[in-house]
Amino acid sequence: MFKAGIDVGSRSIELVVLKEREIYLKTRQETSFDYVSQVNNMLNGLDLDATLVTGYGRHLVSRKLEIGHVTEIKAYAAGVRCLYPDAKAILDIGGQDTKAILLDENGRVVRFEMNDRCAAGTGRFLEIMAQALGCTVMDLAELALSGRHCLAISSMCTVFAETEVVALMAKGTRAQDVARALVRSVARRSSAMLRRIGATDRVVFCGGVARNTAVHKELEDILGTKVEVPEEPDYAGALGAALLAN
Amino acid sequence: MTNAYDEMWKRLDLDLTAHEGLLTVLGKFYNDIYLDQNGRPRGMEYLDFVISEIHGLRIQEITKAKSAGKKVFGTFCVFVPEEIILAADAIAIGLCSGAEVGSEHAERYLPRNTCALIKSFLGFRLARLCPFTNSCDLIIGETTCDGKKKAYEIFNDFMPIYIMEVPNTKSPAAKELFRYEVERFKDKVEQVTGNRITEDRLFAAIRLVNRRRRVLNRLNAIRAAEPAPISGRDALLINQVAFYDDPERFTENIERLCDELEERVGRHEGVAPEGTKRVLISGCPMAVPNWKLPYIIEGSGAVIVGEESCVGQRNTRDLVDEDVRDMGDMLDAITDRYMDINCAVFTPNEPRLRDIEQMARTLKADGVIHYALQFCQPYAIESVKIEQGLKRAGIPLLRLETGYSMEDIEPLKTRVEAFLEII
Repeated sequence: MFKAGIDVGSRSIELVVLKEREIYLKTRQETSFDYVSQVNNMLNGLDLDATLVTGYGRHLVSRKLEIGHVTEIKAYAAGVRCLYPDAKAILDIGGQDTKAILLDENGRVVRFEMNDRCAAGTGRFLEIMAQALGCTVMDLAELALSGRHCLAISSMCTVFAETEVVALMAKGTRAQDVARALVRSVARRSSAMLRRIGATDRVVFCGGVARNTAVHKELEDILGTKVEVPEEPDYAGALGAALLAN
Repeated sequence: MTNAYDEMWKRLDLDLTAHEGLLTVLGKFYNDIYLDQNGRPRGMEYLDFVISEIHGLRIQEITKAKSAGKKVFGTFCVFVPEEIILAADAIAIGLCSGAEVGSEHAERYLPRNTCALIKSFLGFRLARLCPFTNSCDLIIGETTCDGKKKAYEIFNDFMPIYIMEVPNTKSPAAKELFRYEVERFKDKVEQVTGNRITEDRLFAAIRLVNRRRRVLNRLNAIRAAEPAPISGRDALLINQVAFYDDPERFTENIERLCDELEERVGRHEGVAPEGTKRVLISGCPMAVPNWKLPYIIEGSGAVIVGEESCVGQRNTRDLVDEDVRDMGDMLDAITDRYMDINCAVFTPNEPRLRDIEQMARTLKADGVIHYALQFCQPYAIESVKIEQGLKRAGIPLLRLETGYSMEDIEPLKTRVEAFLEII
């Protein structure tokens, strides 16, 4: 039996196909304006028994391609519990949103928090900050890890934070110290969200931003506990959707 | 395009172009949210008609009554005793303030982080878009939340406003204060209308308003049936229209609608199949045309079975005692009835938690969605205690904070859908 899960996020689309409970195929694309056709193409040629879509684009894809949909919250819970059967909490930082999810012993969602109007501290935030620092988002983590804890970014707003970064650079502050401060601010916001839902330990960090090792390290530092990151953290939602498809 | 009511609206000093725009948007919105529903009760035709004539026929009626010498009082809160207005042969209108209208005007005076409802009542006035507000001889404000109190001071520069003091506790002294306020309000209404409020007239008004409350309570009780015989959107609309429609005509029409709903229940017929997740809404009022959250909730596959809200149960549950006929006793009875409303401006406010629990059980709700208008401190902060209390009672709760703007629709949908997946 082949089951597919698709996570249509604001920045990227992930597809996971399971053969029984083993991963048979996974692919990833940047989200374009016509993501319905994109998903259609990604699914093209696959002989699937069940498909489920999640992520911010789930409603449109579900309606146009006549497949079921599930929230990212439930999908991430399923995906993460498959990878870490004893996970108690999930932090998912994607392109434009952050979610903290608390699970019970059976892996069911008990509580969740998410950002609503403001996308500060998400993947897109880090992309813009990397640009201001003159590096790629992939290099940002390494840069930050070589920086010192010597300053704080006070702006939450992406636009103001960018200005703040530019001003710091103009003053001659070292790029690695600014990067460190940026990463710290993202980790601080996210850990506050985790605390609000009552997450204390066995936290799994996923979504694209979980690839950033500096955010991961800061998060462990602030929470005072080990935080797990799956090998491919951006596939957790698609994996969960595939597991839930029937 | 000219409209049959243009002359009337012009006389009411409306901005005709902007007003036409508002009605067009409202019509489209109503179409998407209401007329597209499946299996609506036939009796909703009356409501559809009332809404289609929201600024038309009812305003014409009010205008005619005014030229015959009647006075019109506008209110913004369920603490203003309507009985007293009706007893003076005047018209009471609960002004809505449920649309994001004229906020750029309102923000000239109000801080940005003011709740949408307050911005809206000032916005409607400043943008000259509400024929109800503009028909009022006097607006009755009240000292509930700080935002409203201070905004009324500003509003007063544009329209005459009278303030009733609503206390913030339910101590004997507070009740005494409100009793005094009820009497002072009676004097004011008599002075504005030139009509004396007699015992007979007050008694008749008490009975009339109670009749309307009873029919709404009847409607709310029918909603306990499974499958739900009416959508939450429609039930909310009925509660909203209660604030400005003629009370006699409204009550008659809703009685008939309730008869139809009872027949439906008898046939096990509903608007959603049995097993549909049932949600109780609790929190801030949802005034016309604020249908955003109910639309999201029911659009996500649940059905709303009750509203612990001023536009809902808080406005209808308690009746004024009809066993007294003496003026002083009737004013006491009015005071008692209104002081039983469990609004978040009171401290402590534990009875509200009990109300929510009881409604959730009676209406067989699977979960409660707590709705606070963004920047509404009383409800937003009280929701913490509500969440703790409901958790102890084993009732799931989702706390939402939002305004009238549509910018947060997608994240709201995700939250609501995830909540429905949990319960």
